[in-house]
Amino acid sequence: MRVDESQMCAVAAQLASKITMPFVLYLQGDLGAGKTTFARALLRALGHSGTVKSPTYGLLEFYELPAMSVLHLDLYRIEHPEEIEYLGLDDLFNDNTLMIVEWPEKGAGALPPSDMVIRFTHQGTLRELEFTPPRVP
Amino acid sequence: MKVLGIETSCDETGVAVYDSEHGLLAHALYSQVELHAEYGGVVPELASRDHVRKLLPLIDQCLGESGLTRDAIDGVAYTAGPGLIGALLVGAAAGRSLAMALDIPAIAVHHMEGHLLAPMLEENPPAFPFVALLVSGGHTMLVEVRELGDYTLLGETLDDAAGEAFDKTAKLLGLPYPGGPALARLAERGDAGRFAFPRPMTDRPGLEFSFSGLKTHTRNLWLEHNEDQSARADIAAGFQKAVTETLAIKCRRAMQQTGSGQLIISGGVGANIALREKLTAEGEKHGWNVSYPRLEFCTDNGAMIAFAGCKHLLAGERQDLEISARARWPLDQLVSAPRLA
Repeated sequence: MRVDESQMCAVAAQLASKITMPFVLYLQGDLGAGKTTFARALLRALGHSGTVKSPTYGLLEFYELPAMSVLHLDLYRIEHPEEIEYLGLDDLFNDNTLMIVEWPEKGAGALPPSDMVIRFTHQGTLRELEFTPPRVP
Repeated sequence: MKVLGIETSCDETGVAVYDSEHGLLAHALYSQVELHAEYGGVVPELASRDHVRKLLPLIDQCLGESGLTRDAIDGVAYTAGPGLIGALLVGAAAGRSLAMALDIPAIAVHHMEGHLLAPMLEENPPAFPFVALLVSGGHTMLVEVRELGDYTLLGETLDDAAGEAFDKTAKLLGLPYPGGPALARLAERGDAGRFAFPRPMTDRPGLEFSFSGLKTHTRNLWLEHNEDQSARADIAAGFQKAVTETLAIKCRRAMQQTGSGQLIISGGVGANIALREKLTAEGEKHGWNVSYPRLEFCTDNGAMIAFAGCKHLLAGERQDLEISARARWPLDQLVSAPRLA
């Protein structure tokens, strides 16, 4: 599907209403393709009202929401999948967690398997969103 | 009072010894080369953020450079947060345990407080109160600093940090990541006026920042002009000017809002020459004093933690025996002792 920014946020809100925890969502795509924007819209739709900072530098941001916790990871700066061990994910991921992973390919083998993958591609000012398994939420 | 400072909140392993009477005695950041001797000639390939294997040799190195034995240390300061919990726990466990073994006080330091006070390690240090712009790869915030331990967050980034915007823009222009400093060098040869860049969040009141949109703007410009050899430097220059002017506009607002006459700049982007020139000019124009840490203390380091810890220890603060580490720790909750996250 091809979307602009506001349509992408609407897609994130639809997804938020359908997922059940625990849920692992991989977001793939180049720099600036909209991965963090999508994660922010998803967090908003799940009831988070504060800031959603890019997790690129800090590698992870953790949100405690009334109904669940959300772990937002960005593995762009990870050089070896073994480094994920230093993030202490085991303490943060449980049956009531949504894990959103940007650049999951950098953590291959060290991450829980995905329930859904969304691939983001630039199409001029729009973005192509490709879902695996192939279902639009 | 001689204080050992330990910083392990994210990527860097930093250690320092600060003496309240004689100033900074030693400071070191992990690097393969410096630790060669400490490992007896065999340097293992250490992963980023593997603070466990880096920390103790660094402590020994700093004590050696200070000419001190462990017994001569009067206190231990360690970064307790915010940061990566696994990374924080290494410095916290080592620091707290060392203090217990030596029977000296320990103090848990807020990482951001280290940055806020870093310019005070220099000659002619700024005096409280002041406004701090903390601008790095992980943070972009304006903080009102009234006195030691009294900090108010005035505004911060809603998405990307300024340093992150530099690094990612550099990558989009084909420079290796993290390429912030390379982008700044490229910008020196460019024409900042050739391409129009937005000044995000400056068209409305407030002290918040947003740098995420500049990535897309840069990408679109580069796609359009990548056949043109001079465009890369011109885009870099335009981007850098947009970021520095946006930061300057927000600093001006923060100074007006607080009525302060002292601005300090800290964090890795504080090393950017164009930003320093811009803010120094703003200071001259508006009559503020502008202070910076030396370049090596703009980024994460142990010296700022030793210094901040020493100030708190001299104020009579002591931490109990618990090992404090907290991934999230809002700056305005500094007074309450952090607990294990």
